[in-house]
Amino acid sequence: MYSFTPTEEQQMLLDAVRRYAEQDLRPAARDADEKSEFPPGLIEKGWELGILQASIPEEFDGFGDYSALTGVLAAEIMAYGDLSSAFAVMTPNLFALPIFFSGSEDQKKEYLPAVIAAEWKPYTAAMIEPSFNFDPGELSTTAVLKGDSYLISGEKTYVPFAQEAEMILVYANLDGETQGFIISRDTKGVSIGERQKTLGIHACPLYPITLDKVKIPLNQRLNGAEGHDQKSILASYQVALSAMAVGVAQAAFEYARDYAKEREVFGVKVAQKQAIAFMIAEMGTEIEAIRLLAWEAAWMLDEGKEEAGRHAYLAYNGAIDMVMMVTDQAVQILGGHGYIREHPVEMWMRNGRGFAAFTGLAMV
Amino acid sequence: MISFEMPKPLVQTRRVVETVAENMMRPISREMDENEHEIPWAYIQFMHTATKAMGSSSMVAEDPPKEKKEDPKKKKYPPINYQRLMVMVEMLSWGDAGIYLCTPGGMLGAAAVGAAGTPEQKKLFLSRFQGKEPVFDAMAMTEPEAGSDTSAIRTTAVLDEKTNEWILNGEKIFVTAGNKALIDSKGFIVVWASLDLKAGRAGIRSFVIEADTPGCKVTKMEEKLGIRASDTVSVVMQDCRVPFENLLGSPTIEKSTKGYKSAMQTFDATRPIVAASALGVARAALEFVLEKLNEEEITIRYGLPRQKMTNLEREIIDMETQLRAAWLLTVKALWMADNKKSNALIASMSKVKAGKVATNITQKAVEVMGPLGYSREYLLEKWFRDAKINDIFEGTGQINLLVVARNILGYRGSQLR
Repeated sequence: MYSFTPTEEQQMLLDAVRRYAEQDLRPAARDADEKSEFPPGLIEKGWELGILQASIPEEFDGFGDYSALTGVLAAEIMAYGDLSSAFAVMTPNLFALPIFFSGSEDQKKEYLPAVIAAEWKPYTAAMIEPSFNFDPGELSTTAVLKGDSYLISGEKTYVPFAQEAEMILVYANLDGETQGFIISRDTKGVSIGERQKTLGIHACPLYPITLDKVKIPLNQRLNGAEGHDQKSILASYQVALSAMAVGVAQAAFEYARDYAKEREVFGVKVAQKQAIAFMIAEMGTEIEAIRLLAWEAAWMLDEGKEEAGRHAYLAYNGAIDMVMMVTDQAVQILGGHGYIREHPVEMWMRNGRGFAAFTGLAMV
Repeated sequence: MISFEMPKPLVQTRRVVETVAENMMRPISREMDENEHEIPWAYIQFMHTATKAMGSSSMVAEDPPKEKKEDPKKKKYPPINYQRLMVMVEMLSWGDAGIYLCTPGGMLGAAAVGAAGTPEQKKLFLSRFQGKEPVFDAMAMTEPEAGSDTSAIRTTAVLDEKTNEWILNGEKIFVTAGNKALIDSKGFIVVWASLDLKAGRAGIRSFVIEADTPGCKVTKMEEKLGIRASDTVSVVMQDCRVPFENLLGSPTIEKSTKGYKSAMQTFDATRPIVAASALGVARAALEFVLEKLNEEEITIRYGLPRQKMTNLEREIIDMETQLRAAWLLTVKALWMADNKKSNALIASMSKVKAGKVATNITQKAVEVMGPLGYSREYLLEKWFRDAKINDIFEGTGQINLLVVARNILGYRGSQLR
């Protein structure tokens, strides 16, 4: 049976996330982007909404059951508030969820309560690599088994909060497979570079990491020496990013729509011109279409459907183009004003362009 | 709870209709296209018999799950009629979009009666579909000088108070299945006419004209780019008299455009159904391409970052993405219709998106298949021609975009022209 209505429980959570997105994230977003810094307490407040905590079962100190769909619904609204902050609030997901999906029982017991019980802490992950040819399925960073440990070498980039990270989940290529390794930031051979400067998401602190023959015991590999399947992790990135692209696009769409209804031109409102009205109609249609793709893929993941991975990929594929089109059109609708940093649309356009490069920055 | 599980009865519907599409449509698809205006009677008879055998309007009766039979508090199954129609239309159009439009029993004319008619009218006009012979219906709205701008229609309806009959005068064009409704069967067409040309939209009403009504003639059969199995005709009404009760809705002209609006609401249900038809054609084209690639042992690698994809992979994956996205919009639009939620916005969104996606996919499919795509040996070039109609009828893509825009912006027609 089809249904497009969230449960009451989901709706309560979403209402809380929406209040946070509208009342906390949105007002702080521009300043945070200009200063490349979040105001104190902002990220912690988002963490206290308990989105991740509610998706981890009680046995690991959480208070709910995992649902990709709930995660997707929340991530959209969070990104609607502000993408940088959404990435920051959700950074511990990058560490905790792969352990929850694929980790050994020991790893779950050791790390999950530590991540979710207390206040927000920078547990993070290093996936992305500094190459145009970066492919999460074929990493350049390598892991080699040597005796009773792995040696990890390579370059990582866009690692959120690496500088202050408690622990980092590093992905490396082990015999052709992408595998995760749980690494303490202080391990010998790990060096964290200068904070990176990017086109968008300025407030979110991203760092490059160099790994030089970093020695890791076997039990620090995700799921131990047995290893793990990367599929659920990849699908989780894809649905999270799809939903967040929808959130960014929705923000830009609403802003442009409201502006077009206010702004006068040739004696009518801008929105009364078909050229503009059609852009708005197309933006609205594409956003809703990709939103449904993201929801469906997340639902398939929760239901364990065989085709879930492919649909997560399709949603992500559609989302990359949709968010660029919508944010670009939003700037266009505002005309010259869209280009001025007084309005947020240029920021959303910069943020929107990133989605093709963000595989590794968000999970639900 | 959000769910994308197709209702169980519809999974069965889908399977049954797929058999029909494969066995009764695909084999004659090319022949029907090459011999325009030939009528696929075998298909029509089969559909008529099958629909009748299943009772009511559905092809597949809803069997309640057996294990729940003893449960006295058995829950009522939620409404899925529009969703069922979507499944059928998508699959029949996958079979052949032109032949699908020859399906007897309850198309757009019936939809108008269903949406605006009284219970008595529904009984009077719709019961004929259950008769011995297959019967057709059609919607006659477009005029030579009034296409998408239906408020400009010039066909008039005047009440003869002595006989209590409406006298209709005017010309309608582009009436899909009009010939089958009026000439080939004892069906009816639903004609849009004005009670008072000065009243504009407020004066527009819809009327049922049955086959064999004097003064109503089919004057022309169009020759078309695609959907050639389906007839598209012109109808002229010359002092055509119909009984008073053939008017759907209220005869009094109020200042408001309520009557017109309720007639337009028919589109909230029919637009996603047209979307479903577009999606069926698009799926046929995409499946053909994948099949041919498979024969050449070319596999599409899902999950790659874009810089590693071949151009072909990029094209195919985009087609799949867009097809699924349009499909989901359509499902949601019809789920809302079934659940009596106001769906004007998403109904038009689904039509815009599906019309565009089907046009793009079929065009792209012909392109990537090269000489195979262009050849009449295969059906791809036909689907390319068939798909285009979905971007035109039931409101062009642009008109639907205008409807979407007005809904989003909260504008009336006068504010956004």
